[in-house]
Amino acid sequence: MTRIGEPNTVAMAFFFLFIASTLGITWWAARRTRTTEQFYAAGRRISAGQNGFALAGDYMSAASFLGIAGLVSTTGFDGLIYSTGWLVGWPVVLFLIAEPLRNLGKYTFADVVASRLSQTPVRLAAALGTLATVTFYLIAQMVGAGGLIRLMFGIRYELAIAIVGAAMIAYVLFGGMIATTWVQIVKAVLLLGGAAILATMVLMRYGMNPAALFAAAAERYGAGVLAPGGLVAKPLDAISLGIALMFGTAGLPHILMRVYTVPDAKAARQSVFYATGLIGVFYLMTFILGFGAMVLVGPDVIRGVEPGGNMAAPLLAERLGGTAFLGFIAAVAFATILAVVAGLTLSGAAALSHDLWVHVVRKDHADAAEQLRVARVATVLLGIVAVLLGITFKGQNVAFMVGLAFAIAASANFPALVLSIFWKRCSTAGAVASMVTGTVVTIGLILLSPTVQVDILHGTAWFPLKNPALVTVPLSFAVGVVVSLLWPAPEEVAGYANVARRMHLGAGTTEH
Amino acid sequence: MSGTPEQQLEALAAARWRIALTLTVAMVALYFGFILLIAYAKPLLATRITAGLSLGILLGALVIVASWLLTWVYVRWANTHYDAALHRLR
Repeated sequence: MTRIGEPNTVAMAFFFLFIASTLGITWWAARRTRTTEQFYAAGRRISAGQNGFALAGDYMSAASFLGIAGLVSTTGFDGLIYSTGWLVGWPVVLFLIAEPLRNLGKYTFADVVASRLSQTPVRLAAALGTLATVTFYLIAQMVGAGGLIRLMFGIRYELAIAIVGAAMIAYVLFGGMIATTWVQIVKAVLLLGGAAILATMVLMRYGMNPAALFAAAAERYGAGVLAPGGLVAKPLDAISLGIALMFGTAGLPHILMRVYTVPDAKAARQSVFYATGLIGVFYLMTFILGFGAMVLVGPDVIRGVEPGGNMAAPLLAERLGGTAFLGFIAAVAFATILAVVAGLTLSGAAALSHDLWVHVVRKDHADAAEQLRVARVATVLLGIVAVLLGITFKGQNVAFMVGLAFAIAASANFPALVLSIFWKRCSTAGAVASMVTGTVVTIGLILLSPTVQVDILHGTAWFPLKNPALVTVPLSFAVGVVVSLLWPAPEEVAGYANVARRMHLGAGTTEH
Repeated sequence: MSGTPEQQLEALAAARWRIALTLTVAMVALYFGFILLIAYAKPLLATRITAGLSLGILLGALVIVASWLLTWVYVRWANTHYDAALHRLR
């Protein structure tokens, strides 16, 4: 009864239209990408409104679109725990991170941590955290992309991965941040538009009243779908995941990098405000889509097509708008993946070239042409690595890697960033210890957790929590503070006055 | 504000830090309060307000609305007070 998995003319048409228009954008952007500032930060000429959409585009992954709709369609209320969890990190980005980052940094968050600390160790540790976050996030996205495209378009997994890799490399290599930003904006508009059309079509059947939709679901599948179920069996698991989502958002390298694309701190503030609004609307809509799919498609049909429930939104689109609308939503999901991996690749390339090559290897003695060349080489390398990882992990259960990426971002990047910005006595030793501890302990604990030991290896877990953030985030803060106090650096403390000034007044006012 | 420019900047930095921290704590309390209710007060969240609307769904939607409100409060404060004070210091 569903045409999912069969070659779909409309999906192909929309898909080629998206590829053609984004490559057109890339060609246009390539002629405006001549300096490292243009390559990494779009020349800092993106407006607050544009960046609001681009931030939302970078963040709203296919995993959350398809995953949350699927979770709601099969469990009801429990999916809402994720809908809220994916949003609540954004206010934290706004309150603590966005403006200081824009005023203190240039291209990466390591710029900020290193601004008054010792360059080489800080850059090395920050690159470790960035590359770990980006790698695990990329694996999850690539494997998800391969499976999704195979399921929806009926093309081979390896070919799907290769197409994603080629398009993503083209955007970043030639068009840098300018192309990546516009790809995000196009994707965000498509995704929000597609979800809005779908949600409106659902609600029109219920007099535009969500409560009537929920009542219909409760009537058919029992009152349980409107109440908490088994998802939060262990409260500590839910709290730990919540910590990872909330503080991980404020430590995601590809999100942090976006604040450098706007002219000043005020625009950075406005853009995060807009992004919070857009992302909140999006996750409210996924909740409607999930209940719509539950009532109009049915949980059994959804699980029958894909056991994880990920096809709930595409199936709903097919039910409401036929094969053509299914094709449109499938193409939107594909565009979503492509945009997210492009953003991830650019932030990984910045860590490799700007943090490691320019500052650690060349000690800041690389000229502009070399910097741009190295950034492009790093982009191609990362793109190839992403494709190889996608193929290596084919068929593996990698859904946990998104949670792992958020846990590393929350434990390795966020504490060091906050300590270096807001705490005068934070020293090089403290920041480095915090970042290394955050990366290493998070990866170690997830390997020992039920997520890997029980769900994948079917053994017994040594560590009780599915996501380690409840332990690793406080640990990274504690390590940062204790090491800073044990190995103080008076000259770095003295440098804080200048940092505090620049944090508020911007880089232009360093000299008074 | 009074005092030397350095003292004024320090006072402004302290005010921004207080507001940022208060709003962050409010956000943390709201979200983790919601999670704790899910964990420990399942029957309460199952309470129906209307035929289709349970207290749990309402509170979940309110967490999202509250996130918007908190960001709006911050942006409003920053766009008026904070920016004006920065402008005087420049």
